[in-house]
Amino acid sequence: MHPVLKLVAQRIALSTLLLLAASVLIFVGTTILPGDVAQQILGQSATPESLANLRAELGLNDPAVTRYLAWLGAALQGDLGTALTNGRDIAESLGQRLGNTMFLAFWAAVISVPLAIFLGLLAVRFRDRWPDKLISGVTLASISIPEFLIGYVLMYFFAVKLGWAPSVAMINDSMSVWQKLNAIALPVGVLTLVVLAHMMRMTRAAILNVMQSAYIETAELKGLSTFSVIRRHAFPNAVAPIVNVVMLNLAYLVVGVVVIEVVFVYPGMGQYLVDHVAKRDVPVVQACGLVFAAVYIGLNMIADIVSILANPRLRHPK
Amino acid sequence: MTDPLLKVRGLKIGATIYPPGEKPRDIEIVHGVDFDLAPGKVLGLIGESGAGKSTIGLSSMAYGRGGVEITGGEVWVNGRDILKSRLRDVRALRGGEVTYVSQSAAASFNPAKKIMEQVIEAAVGHGKFSRRDAEERAVGLFRKLGLPEPETIGNRYPHQVSGGQLQRCMTALALCPEPDLVVFDEPTTALDVTTQIDVLAAIKEAIRDTGVAALYITHDLAVVAQVSDDIMVLRMGETVEYGPVDQIINAPQQDYTRALVSVRSIRHEEKSPGTDPVLRVGSVTARYKGTAFDVLHDVNVELHPGQTLAVVGESGSGKSTLARVITGLLPPSEGQIDFAGRVLSPDLKGRSIEDLRELQMIYQMADVAMNPRQTVGTIIGRPLEFYFGLRGAEKQKRIKELLDEIEMGDGFIDRYPAELSGGQKQRVCIARALAAKPRMIICDEVTSALDPLVADGILKLLLELQKIEDVAYLFITHDLATVRAIADSIAVMHRGKVVRYGPKSKVLAPPFDDYTDLLLSSVPEMKLGWLEDVIANRRMESAGN
Repeated sequence: MHPVLKLVAQRIALSTLLLLAASVLIFVGTTILPGDVAQQILGQSATPESLANLRAELGLNDPAVTRYLAWLGAALQGDLGTALTNGRDIAESLGQRLGNTMFLAFWAAVISVPLAIFLGLLAVRFRDRWPDKLISGVTLASISIPEFLIGYVLMYFFAVKLGWAPSVAMINDSMSVWQKLNAIALPVGVLTLVVLAHMMRMTRAAILNVMQSAYIETAELKGLSTFSVIRRHAFPNAVAPIVNVVMLNLAYLVVGVVVIEVVFVYPGMGQYLVDHVAKRDVPVVQACGLVFAAVYIGLNMIADIVSILANPRLRHPK
Repeated sequence: MTDPLLKVRGLKIGATIYPPGEKPRDIEIVHGVDFDLAPGKVLGLIGESGAGKSTIGLSSMAYGRGGVEITGGEVWVNGRDILKSRLRDVRALRGGEVTYVSQSAAASFNPAKKIMEQVIEAAVGHGKFSRRDAEERAVGLFRKLGLPEPETIGNRYPHQVSGGQLQRCMTALALCPEPDLVVFDEPTTALDVTTQIDVLAAIKEAIRDTGVAALYITHDLAVVAQVSDDIMVLRMGETVEYGPVDQIINAPQQDYTRALVSVRSIRHEEKSPGTDPVLRVGSVTARYKGTAFDVLHDVNVELHPGQTLAVVGESGSGKSTLARVITGLLPPSEGQIDFAGRVLSPDLKGRSIEDLRELQMIYQMADVAMNPRQTVGTIIGRPLEFYFGLRGAEKQKRIKELLDEIEMGDGFIDRYPAELSGGQKQRVCIARALAAKPRMIICDEVTSALDPLVADGILKLLLELQKIEDVAYLFITHDLATVRAIADSIAVMHRGKVVRYGPKSKVLAPPFDDYTDLLLSSVPEMKLGWLEDVIANRRMESAGN
């Protein structure tokens, strides 16, 4: 077998194992939390008998291992159970919410990743001169300010003062893509500002590191322009660390958008999770946890695989 | 005389240095150098490290490495002063009219791109050739430079060819755009001698056939004598001597040049072996964990007290692995090590403090073998405390004695390694080894990283100390001149086996086995026409077979 295939297979196997471990942690974590779902559901009307009945009905009296295996088996078949609070199928509502979050994350990524890499290349090209300092300064400032504050500031100027975009990012199926895009313009802008700095700075550092190499000197002595030296010789060797940080930020776009979704009242995963944590709806929290973990592990696995494929020594062994 | 291709006048080059704990300051590293190079001629730039030879070579491309900057003078290429040219014109010159071959081709090729793409990049980028023509030209150059599979080697990645092959690819890269001038910066220094001679011959032939002019930079006078028409000897950024190669080699005018020509003046009479060896390596076979082949195969050597055994071989011959086995870092799979009449534990953990004390080591890279945060006094004092429990005034006295022995004096006690020169660092390492009062010291390529004159001083010191302390040396090296200078007995290693072993006078006298013959005949000699003679000889021999 080609060594690269072997390495990639290893990565995939490891990620699967990791996801399994994460599912255990999620289950254990939600199980040992104080409070009782049955109590929560019945509230004031709880009597000892009705509590016991409901517990039995929900399977809360079974041993933890049995409950875990049942949960995992169902989850693998796409059945995430029903929400305790409203009795709706979790997979269905989650799917819709996840779709919305992905929609938001996708557009934020489409704008921020190329922009971050381009700004990183630009910063290297003008290293230690004013364009570099300006890019570094602005992106650092935007990552330092809390995202909800950026959100409200953008909302004030672009929604309230200028009226370019709605302040509330509500979307539904009846809207056209263009209407949806207009609706999410502001949250996409905030997310872009938040993830830009990290990716841009990593791109800059990774390329600068490669720029110390002797083969960059060779390229310069071939009479290439600075930008072609960076693009043709430095960038291909800096791909691995850049992809890593890009994936980390993509994961953040899916997993970490809770605050932005709440600020802009966006019907995504984050809000769904926050609502149901407040209601102690354990099956929903578990399902959200599992989806977040899968996204996070999956994206990092892709980053690892890209790093492996980007290494010519592994791709073309002697 | 035709107009020179390259005319350098009053060239001054400066750099910014950052001494620890002080403000950065500007220094001048080349102080006004003049020379001319006619089309199709080769000028050798020679000098020790820090002489400014690479810096001068790169100035012909108006390039300063790192913080280096050209501060004054004129550099005329093809009738234009390139220091006054615009960046666009300088870029057209780089990789077009003037190209560069660096010391380490392994580091100078982009690991992520195929060789062919990199070889033709400049030729195509400057519009000198179409892509197809450039590729055809590159294949022709690969063939001329004696590379295997010239048609397809360009499709490989740099890590898929050997170091010597990559160095030839780099030469092809430099010649591909049909330049007027090639700067060769120590192109064979990183190679083994037997590889060096082939690359050297290939470069020389390519220069002759293409009629290109060249600046050939090296620290090895014997090498530069083979390829140059003129030689310029540099020292600390100034010209010491500049003239035709014949005059520099055969009738040097300056003392410094004379010293360079006559380096390795050490004469060491071989001692006859005594009765009991201090070290006996008995049938040692070893391999690294997880590998399927033996790095050492049935090695048998002896070393007598107060004598020097030189272990010589090329990279990959197993000579450093032998040192690892003797020191216990790599337990052998078969065989044993007898030391001072006792059998040493194969594993380092099983050895007594006395075993450790009596067997010391000196390394190739003196600067990484010392803690940069410790003073010379602390470094030398450590074995005194560890092995002998010396403290206070007694320890200080012994440190001063040791510093005197290595001819440095007690003014160095409070200095840090960063404040020492390369030769001084290696001396401190010698003192640290001697502090343990060992019976034997393993010297692993201790002079390879040093300039010839400095290396000479270190070898003299080691021989001197051997007389005083009666210590035995196991001297690992790839340099046969060093072996001649200091050995009593020699073991020639090739692919993990000792192919020739005995007293120096026997090993270095004919009849030779094939490998030793190849090795000995590959060492450049300070003689004009040596390269042609060797190549002609080898061709005759292979024709005769």
